[in-house]
Amino acid sequence: MMDLLQQLTFLERGILAGLIIGFICPVVGAFLLVRRMTIISEGLSHITLTGIAAGVFMSQSTAFLGFINPLYTGLIFSLVGSLLVEKLRQIYKHFQELAIPIILSSGIGLSAIIISLSSSSYTEWYNYLFGSIVTVSLNDLLFILITGIVAMLLIAAFYKELLSISFDQEFASTSGISVKKMNFLFAVLIALVISMSMKVIGILLVGAMVTLPVAASMQFAKSFRQVVVGGILFGETAIIGGIMLSYFFNIATGGMVVVTGVVLMIVAVLIKQLKTNINPS
Amino acid sequence: MDIKKQPLALNIQHLSFSYHNQNVLEDINMQIPKGSFLGLVGPNGSGKSTLVKCLLGLLSPNAGSVQLFGVDVKKFNRWSDIGFVSQKANSFNSGFPATVFEVVSMGLYGKIGLFRFLKKKHKQQVREAIEQVGMEDYIDDNIGQLSGGQQQRVFIARALVSNPSLLILDEPTVGVDAKSVKNFYTMLKKLNDEQGITLILVTHDIGAMSEYVTDVACLNKCLHFHGNTNTFEENKEEMMTAMYGHEVNLLEHNHDHDHHHHHHDHDDQDGVRREEG
Ligand SMILES: Nc1ncnc2c1ncn2[C@@H]1O[C@H](COP(=O)(O)OP(=O)(O)OP(=O)(O)O)[C@@H](O)[C@H]1O
Ligand SMILES: [Mg+2]
Repeated sequence: MMDLLQQLTFLERGILAGLIIGFICPVVGAFLLVRRMTIISEGLSHITLTGIAAGVFMSQSTAFLGFINPLYTGLIFSLVGSLLVEKLRQIYKHFQELAIPIILSSGIGLSAIIISLSSSSYTEWYNYLFGSIVTVSLNDLLFILITGIVAMLLIAAFYKELLSISFDQEFASTSGISVKKMNFLFAVLIALVISMSMKVIGILLVGAMVTLPVAASMQFAKSFRQVVVGGILFGETAIIGGIMLSYFFNIATGGMVVVTGVVLMIVAVLIKQLKTNINPS
Repeated sequence: MDIKKQPLALNIQHLSFSYHNQNVLEDINMQIPKGSFLGLVGPNGSGKSTLVKCLLGLLSPNAGSVQLFGVDVKKFNRWSDIGFVSQKANSFNSGFPATVFEVVSMGLYGKIGLFRFLKKKHKQQVREAIEQVGMEDYIDDNIGQLSGGQQQRVFIARALVSNPSLLILDEPTVGVDAKSVKNFYTMLKKLNDEQGITLILVTHDIGAMSEYVTDVACLNKCLHFHGNTNTFEENKEEMMTAMYGHEVNLLEHNHDHDHHHHHHDHDDQDGVRREEG
């Protein structure tokens, strides 16, 4: 498989990475949506930035850590952050959204410190913040593939359980589902998704990929399954459209993907409004 | 009729529970044999829902123990044998994108293993449960767009779908219309008579309930009474006074026994408003 991946051009690598992200982000986004937790992606992406900054800094300052891909340290921070959010949500049971600004501001604060210590170029940070398709290295693609496969396996294994606890935690628990284990697992899943999207979409824009496609599919969906399937369709369209546009106009990929996503969402809302106006039932 | 010798569905021993430092349940002892249909009554705030949550392991008691089918609730794992309708079942996020079919399927999720999805057989079971509560015309509708009573029926179907041998219902008929309440009680009685399902029904509808249940338990922090329905009927006034005090409207309707149902329905409606207030 390595050979196969090696033969890909940088554009093909970017597109493959994008397709994986466009599939998984909306699926996890659908669960976040129904649990009213979409905002968590913002908090986690910033703590992931801290991890990436730490990775960049370590590879600069110690020769033997030079092989470290900052995406891996990003993943570790993302995991820790996600579990912290879960913990904070338990502590502030009735004010669960409090966890997000706490994590988000800690993430930005720490990132600022580490970035000021390291000596990377403006462009490198710009790419991490806003995403860039041309910098998806073979190593990055492997990271995205592996985290993507793990995330998909987790979703396939626990789709039912996650849906049930999202809808009614109490009932889920009396049907034999361990709410604690599932929340932990879900935290891991979010961390995986955030850190794998980093390279293509960028830290500041990951939240968009998690929310926009499902926000669009929500307009038409009656069932949870339709939210997921519709979300994947919208997600992939935004990714492919965004990558094409960014390539032809030489604009930051993340930005183009997000703008495409926003346009899709607005169109979805308009169509829904038109439908209800024409056919008020 | 010596039900005492039958194996127990539930065995509650010296159970006490408090929220923070407010005692809610004190030294509850109850043995519920398999196959009984228990009506659990008591005023608002008497600890009925709390007791139910302790029975299901959703809350851990401060003292005492609960056994489900002879197994301590902390170690119990045959959850598909248990069906539950929570008092707060329809306080879910009403924008939740799920169909009636999806919600009722959730009752089977504990039974189907990881990585597996609903098979034909499971889908058939889901459809049957939906028919059982008369919601087949709404099977693909969004749950949030149904009326309160319709939602309640869906939650009842979700509890029934796994063919449980113990069914715990916490005020399941709040918001359900009078005719359907009667049908629902009849259905419960049938489940109890024909399939031997053990039932625990928390209700304020004392008058209507006693026509269907085999046993009654009166709770107000402590267990004031637990016995069969006949004994309860004989001591009813005494029980009611002990639990509710003298001047409670509930009593007036219940003095005359076999009377029209809409009287009780009024009680029920009032009960609804009290709950939500
Ligand atoms: N989450 C909670 N935190 C603190 N106290 C609680 C909580 N839930 C219930 N209580 C208290 O416990 C007592 C029993 O409540 P519970 O809900 O068990 O009553 P109930 O018998 O089910 O009443 P109702 O008929 O209104 O449903 C009440 O006094 C209530 O104030
Ligand atoms: Mg209650």
